[in-house]
Amino acid sequence: MDESRRCFLKTAGASIVGMGVGASAVTALADALGDTPYLGAKTAKRWAMVIDTRSCAETKGCTKCMDACHRVHNVPTIEDPRHEVKWIWKEPFRHAFPSMFEGTHGYEDRVQPLDWLKDRDVMVLCNHCDNPPCVRVCPTQATWKREDGIVMMDMHRCIGCRFCVVGCPYGSRSFNWKDPFGKPGSEERKNAKLDPSFPTRTKGVVEKCNFCAERLAKGMMPACVETCAKEGPGSLTFGDLADSESEVAAILKQAYTIRRKAALGTSPHIFYVV
Amino acid sequence: MYNGGKIIAGIVIFIVLVTFPIWFSFSNESLGKKPEPKKPVGYEHCVEDTAYMKAFHMDLLNNWRDSVVRDGKGLYHSKAFKGETYPMSLSDTTVQSCMTCHSNKADFCDQCHNYVGVTPYCWDCHVEPKGNQ
Amino acid sequence: MIEKALSGSPKYWALIFFWLVFMGLGAFAFLGQYQDGLQVTGLSRDVPWGFYIAQLTFLVGIAASAVMVVLPYYLHDYKAFGKLAILGEFLAIPAVLMCMLFVLVDMGQTARIANMFIYITPNSVMFWDASVLMGYLGLNIVISQVTFGAERKGIAPPKWIRPIIILSIPWAVSIHTVTAFLYSGHAARPFWMSAILAPRFLASAFAAGPALLILLCLVVRKQTKYDPGMKALHKLSEIVAYAMAASVFFILLEIFTVFYSGIPEHIHHFQYMYMGIDGKAALAPWMWTSSVLAIVALVLLLVPRYRKSRMGLPIACVATIASLWIEKGMSLVVAGFVPNPLGQVIEYMPTGQELMISFGIYAFGGLVLTVLYKVAISVREGLQG
Repeated sequence: MDESRRCFLKTAGASIVGMGVGASAVTALADALGDTPYLGAKTAKRWAMVIDTRSCAETKGCTKCMDACHRVHNVPTIEDPRHEVKWIWKEPFRHAFPSMFEGTHGYEDRVQPLDWLKDRDVMVLCNHCDNPPCVRVCPTQATWKREDGIVMMDMHRCIGCRFCVVGCPYGSRSFNWKDPFGKPGSEERKNAKLDPSFPTRTKGVVEKCNFCAERLAKGMMPACVETCAKEGPGSLTFGDLADSESEVAAILKQAYTIRRKAALGTSPHIFYVV
Repeated sequence: MYNGGKIIAGIVIFIVLVTFPIWFSFSNESLGKKPEPKKPVGYEHCVEDTAYMKAFHMDLLNNWRDSVVRDGKGLYHSKAFKGETYPMSLSDTTVQSCMTCHSNKADFCDQCHNYVGVTPYCWDCHVEPKGNQ
Repeated sequence: MIEKALSGSPKYWALIFFWLVFMGLGAFAFLGQYQDGLQVTGLSRDVPWGFYIAQLTFLVGIAASAVMVVLPYYLHDYKAFGKLAILGEFLAIPAVLMCMLFVLVDMGQTARIANMFIYITPNSVMFWDASVLMGYLGLNIVISQVTFGAERKGIAPPKWIRPIIILSIPWAVSIHTVTAFLYSGHAARPFWMSAILAPRFLASAFAAGPALLILLCLVVRKQTKYDPGMKALHKLSEIVAYAMAASVFFILLEIFTVFYSGIPEHIHHFQYMYMGIDGKAALAPWMWTSSVLAIVALVLLLVPRYRKSRMGLPIACVATIASLWIEKGMSLVVAGFVPNPLGQVIEYMPTGQELMISFGIYAFGGLVLTVLYKVAISVREGLQG
């Protein structure tokens, strides 16, 4: 190739790359300047939750926190367990904390004295870890960790690769294997009882508990916490772990609490009072 | 002409395919029907002036989306109407969102979108306001 | 050069037609999946990755295995591989293309895949996997274009291609290492979280890939006038032997670590694979078949009399590929999810639609491979005179 043609191609290529970089920089600076949070938004240095499994388990058959959460977030009820979407749900203790009950050589039969604990239902949800593996693996930052500790989801950006589902050691994340309320514009969707204050999701994106970030922004407590306090035993306590005067800090000072799979180094921020 | 038959057949197929948007849209009855978006009753103006909203509402919504979801913000400060703030929301009818005023999607949003043949995917997730029925 | 692919024997066109039919069926099945969502697959909340990603894993290995020809020929001047190199590169190209297609069909929001490159996230292994795969595709296309184009013109390739060829050697190793990193960095999945996963991937790739190349060359020898040379194929079979031995050895190392340490979380996955848990043992027949095939393959490969025999070599290659395909393409990915982090056993089997889409992608790879091989062989036959 002669020199002048090569020179032209090099310059053209460099210009295209330069324009692409420049264009994205310009649009990023656009109207976002000047937006402010809602007045009265709840803020914290580090949100965390304490779940008292004792008082929770005493209310047999209670599903109020799950119902509240799934209602305000338009989480669908899907019968097929393979395609379930759930943000907060019940698991027996032996599934939430498997290492206590796992063993070989007949251990699982010998451990009957722990039966009172083995089948106790505990609430499980996203742990909003300090060191979240899901955030580390997401290729588009559709999930990321906020300054206040909440691991957020941006359903607009998610490409549905499910790498985060693979990475979560707690099984907290749900993928939408189908349109949750039927295809957009369908009769099923028109007839569904949807809460207009929060969108639904579409097929092909991952979702999970977001610590009710949109409610905190308006000065409200998470739906599960509020409902359990108003209509249940008040087993869910939510607050700023970095604040030594907070309710969550108070509980941690005087009750023995454990976290799920803490040895993995994820530093989960859901504490369970056993 | 060598392979004349194949060439002419190829040209005919090409013309049919490349004019597809033209002859296909004749089967769509809304062709030519000018959009008549109904303005909401009882409100003076939108979050910005009409000319800006017509041209940039997509950009505005994109920016709001990132500002709310990713940056944790909530209130938009109007540039045209200084001092006025609005919640940055498309469909949350419990606050002053777009759909609170423009409560009938078919009478407003769909009018222009159908005319130009776009289907924005907002409504795959965001809940359409009840005014639609 | 591509015009060489536009003329051929009736057998050639029959093969092309066969690929096109299955590509069409696969595309139609994919359309259904695109409209209805991934619910049409056998995947579930507890097994989010299955057949598609497993095929990606297997095919990345095939793509990387071109290095087993490139390294001796270009770096160490092993002249016997002269007629083989282009066929190795022309196997790598469709393999990488199929990898990319399997990723695309697995995405929940396929149209948004560009987000991976608009919002670059260096801490995500998936970003690097996509990038190195694209780079490897580019490298192979450039290398094969330049070297083969020069050969066709009867001149030596330009000097600047040599550093690019040398670059493709560590790059080939890297594509499979990065793919292994998709699995081996997850604290959540103890079955995969082992440093030996990447070496296992490489060893099985360097066994299955060259084995496939040998089979393809035997077919080429039979069906065309082109002969890559039995000396080259025998040397390649030695490489397969060593790689297969390493691969099996690495699996045995895993079994030792898991069972000697006795950690239940680790044992359960192997238990599920070979014996099942609570009566759920969908993978067990596959695993035992894979093990038997591996032993058959090893015997045939390690005993020179069998490896060099007329029937022994192809059988060894088929057994190698089958054994390793079951291991990577059926069991490795799925077994990582069973049991799930809560100790529950939820099984997975691909659905018919999933398999149809997958076969459509394999048919596309077959089409590309057929076309490229036709070009290579026709040009070489022409040069031979």
